[in-house]
Amino acid sequence: MTEPGTVIEINGPLVRARLPGIASGEQVRLGKQKLTGEVIGLDDDRALIQVYESTEMLRPGETVIPLGYPLSVELGPGLLGGIFDGIQRPLTNLREQAGDYIPRGLDVPALERDRPWAFIPNPDLKAGQEIRGGMVLGTVQETASTEHRILTPPGVHGELLELAAAGEYDLKQVIARVHTPLNGIQDLKLFHRWPVRIPRPYQKRDDGVAPLLTGQRILDTFFPLLKGGKGAIPGPFGAGKTMLQQQIARWTNADIVIYVGCGERGNELVDILDSFPELTDPYSGRSLMERTLLVANTSNMPVVAREASIYLGVTLAEYYRDQGHDVVMLADSTSRWAEALREVAGRLGQMPVEEGYPAYLASRLASFYERAGRVETLSGESGSVSLIGAVSPPGGDFSEPVTNHTKDIIQTFWALSKPLADARHYPSVSWTESFSDAVEAAARWWSENVDESWQEKRSLALNLLSRAEELARIINLVGAEALSPIQRWTVEMASLLREGLLQQNALDEVDSYCSPQKQFALLDLMIGLYQQGQALVKADVPVSALLALPLLSRARRSKNLYGNDQLDELHALGEEFRSQLEKLRQEYEEQNS
Amino acid sequence: MREKEYRYASAAHNGLLFLRGVPGVAFGDRVSIRDQRGQKRNGQVILSSDELVMVQILEGTDDLSLDDTWVRFLEAPFEMPLSPDILGRVFNGIGEPRDDRPPIVSRLRRNVNGQPINPIARAYPREFIQTGISAIDGLNSLVRGQKLPIFSGSGLPHNKLAAQIVRQSKLLGEESRFVVVFAAMGVSYADAQFFREDFESNGVLGNVVMFTNLADDPPIERLILPRTAMTAAEYLAFDLDLHVLVVLTDMTYYAEALREVATAKGDVPTRKGYPGYLYSDLAEIYERAGRVRERHGSITMVPVVSMPSDDITHPIPDLTGYITEGQIVLSRELNNQDLYPPVNIPPSLSRLMKDGIGKDDTREDHPRVANQLYAAYAKALEVRNLASIIGPDELPDLDRKYLQFADGFEQRFLAQGMDEDRSIIQTLNIAWELLSLLPGDVLSRVSEADLARYHHWNSNP
Ligand SMILES: Nc1ncnc2c1ncn2[C@@H]1O[C@H](COP(=O)(O)OP(=O)(O)OP(=O)(O)O)[C@@H](O)[C@H]1O
Ligand SMILES: [Mg+2]
Repeated sequence: MTEPGTVIEINGPLVRARLPGIASGEQVRLGKQKLTGEVIGLDDDRALIQVYESTEMLRPGETVIPLGYPLSVELGPGLLGGIFDGIQRPLTNLREQAGDYIPRGLDVPALERDRPWAFIPNPDLKAGQEIRGGMVLGTVQETASTEHRILTPPGVHGELLELAAAGEYDLKQVIARVHTPLNGIQDLKLFHRWPVRIPRPYQKRDDGVAPLLTGQRILDTFFPLLKGGKGAIPGPFGAGKTMLQQQIARWTNADIVIYVGCGERGNELVDILDSFPELTDPYSGRSLMERTLLVANTSNMPVVAREASIYLGVTLAEYYRDQGHDVVMLADSTSRWAEALREVAGRLGQMPVEEGYPAYLASRLASFYERAGRVETLSGESGSVSLIGAVSPPGGDFSEPVTNHTKDIIQTFWALSKPLADARHYPSVSWTESFSDAVEAAARWWSENVDESWQEKRSLALNLLSRAEELARIINLVGAEALSPIQRWTVEMASLLREGLLQQNALDEVDSYCSPQKQFALLDLMIGLYQQGQALVKADVPVSALLALPLLSRARRSKNLYGNDQLDELHALGEEFRSQLEKLRQEYEEQNS
Repeated sequence: MREKEYRYASAAHNGLLFLRGVPGVAFGDRVSIRDQRGQKRNGQVILSSDELVMVQILEGTDDLSLDDTWVRFLEAPFEMPLSPDILGRVFNGIGEPRDDRPPIVSRLRRNVNGQPINPIARAYPREFIQTGISAIDGLNSLVRGQKLPIFSGSGLPHNKLAAQIVRQSKLLGEESRFVVVFAAMGVSYADAQFFREDFESNGVLGNVVMFTNLADDPPIERLILPRTAMTAAEYLAFDLDLHVLVVLTDMTYYAEALREVATAKGDVPTRKGYPGYLYSDLAEIYERAGRVRERHGSITMVPVVSMPSDDITHPIPDLTGYITEGQIVLSRELNNQDLYPPVNIPPSLSRLMKDGIGKDDTREDHPRVANQLYAAYAKALEVRNLASIIGPDELPDLDRKYLQFADGFEQRFLAQGMDEDRSIIQTLNIAWELLSLLPGDVLSRVSEADLARYHHWNSNP
């Protein structure tokens, strides 16, 4: 390890220190307060250090102690249900030790060392056998819904000397001993460390095959994301990024959810902490908090730790992926992370290229999102990390650097629209600006699991919406009177689709989560209504007669009227529509003849 | 204690003082300066190395002589002395009295920068505050512990609205009133006086702590002022268990002072010349509002932000909106029609209302009514726009009803007197009168049960 050094200059969160022989990336502790920092650059024997805590009252001449390892995470049982700050300090313990405010320099391990876990060794492993990084040493039941596989740390390779018998072990105890040619005998425990900036290894990448379901119609039905995919939610303030991410966290069919509050509001995390334990996962039936892990670096916490929080989150996600889980990580907001980068770059005097951002913004974003993916893990299982980042463009302008670069990287783009949000149309995902390149893959899943006509009806619906948009422009010029009956019907049905299908109130008990089957049933209902009505209009039934049918207002409300377990009623409603329309057709036919 | 005083600064400009060869100075240290006329100035270390120390001078560096300036490092950050006696007092940005009364003497002093609250220590704000103003209570409800700014513009009545909120705010079924922390940054004497008189005429002056740095006071002091004010607010709320309402006016002048100093320091400018850290800097102030678990008090915050050229995408309102829990936006157009309060409904929002309204808090139908009013008004504005192009007579029947709705909404729901204190039930009843102008079929945001109970379409041909 390198010798302690001294502080030379303090410029906000950036400190220069004399630290000969230090490596870039290494962690340090600064001054009497023992502030945590990370070396981010070297300049002869000067180290540039970004400090994760306020540097107030730090002075030149104070000591800097190198810790000998890079910024790392502790990976092991006890993470789920927890809430950590950007450098993985457990906020619950922090509060117990230090009260309501976060003091500086407190060093609390992420995982509780004394908590015992019932360990069941992997029956396929025997002493004398060769083991490699990623192999499963055994399991512990981390929460009622999640089995935690204890992995051989990547990089460890050698002969298994000993594996603990089934029983209770805490994190201090050795559960396996390995003889490695390189490092001699290594003791393995229930947890290990991993440097956050280095992606964890896997065997190979796979293609995504199944959609990451969210229970939100505008996402699942219109702009799907695959398990292992990368998605972004850009939108101006108040458009609904956080709500949408929270909805995904609640209702997704992933096994594990990592929610990273990066430079956003404290109350939003409390909202999750208060509500998730009470909510049940629609798939496992267990409390949602059991599969959720929070990383919180709120806007009033030190800026540079925001940058770390994103890497902490994705490393945690990879760790659960390596155990064969489907993980989704939500980052709210990636813009605050980019701003932390900008802040440090500015203080380093690096050349700003666009809006003050350094030239490496795009490549940092790309390499972060590259950590998403569906993989075959080192132990040969399949696991995935889906990454979904909120983007907070200044002034809601999507041409700004962070939105712009993100758009080039991701596969699914859920663009939030201010006019929709202003009209309280939520989720305010714009159906004209959003895109997904996963529709084909998702269609296979829908076709096999829900209905073969999914893709066709989805296209019809999008088509209907975009035609109505064109017609709206005409109406705004010359009024609705200028439309032909067919056009009027199109406009009316698009409005039905918007209200009855796209709009989905997160706060509505019935409609907050919509199963894929119900999503399709509603889509089917409305497309059916549209097509049958169109035929009637073509047969000269006046549009006003169609609009006078009371069933239309029923169709508008059907999302709230019928729960996910009332699909039969929904289908019956469809039948009723069909017969009512048929009756209407006959009436007019008789009149005309 | 560093007893030494230093002389011979090496440079001074744009509010920054540079000293060479003063070793071991703490970052963020408070600095006391005596200028050539023996006048005291205050400063803070914003960069420190053994070679160079940069000090930001709150009173500015105008006519500071380099040879005759004495600098003392106080070995402590800025602190606010705290005791119950701060109520009824007026202070400057660093907590010194401005009311010709003696300074606060107290052993309790706190760093004005505070410390970040541990997010898990927060209690989620849920208690509905009735402000008596329909545009707020009905559509953008305020809850105790929320930060809800007023986005305004020059000449718009944000002061009147803020004062009305302060005057009328109360919890349903509770007598306890708010104490007020009032922070004025860069506003005119007349504006500050308006609030003072309003507090006085309501007999609450003894429950108000004022911090003022007016338009003609040194601008850099504005950077500390809201921090000092929030330190006082935290003390009142979390040490004395009081419910505190903080009014910060005007955050735009605060941000402009920040830009001024950032430019002088040579910080990389981003949009409109504001430094990249404006977001974090504002968040350090705004996030100090809230509630804390197991503590009785609360801090509710109403910052006033004037939008330069009425532009809501300007960095100051924009970044504020990204931090606060909603915003009340004022409209010049409505104000020109002499409508008070001229709240521009579509862009206004309260994010915390969802947990503070409804069955046990206000009335069962409230969440859906609010949603429906928003949707119907948005539609009505579209229709109004169309009517202005093709003429109202060309409109279909339903659209004409929407026009009627829009007018009624503005004249009867939004508009109210400056002293009119409506109960939430009155507000909701007006809402239903207006929704009854529209047929039930199109009101898809309310439930069928709501319609049956409150909609009187048929009796209103
Ligand atoms: N799906 C939804 N259902 C119901 N209400 C919603 C929905 N999405 C958003 N809202 C409403 O909009 C408000 C703002 O949403 P949210 O906080 O998610 O915005 P945001 O885009 O994250 O804003 P910011 O960038 O400022 O954090 C919410 O408080 C809620 O009232
Ligand atoms: Mg948000």
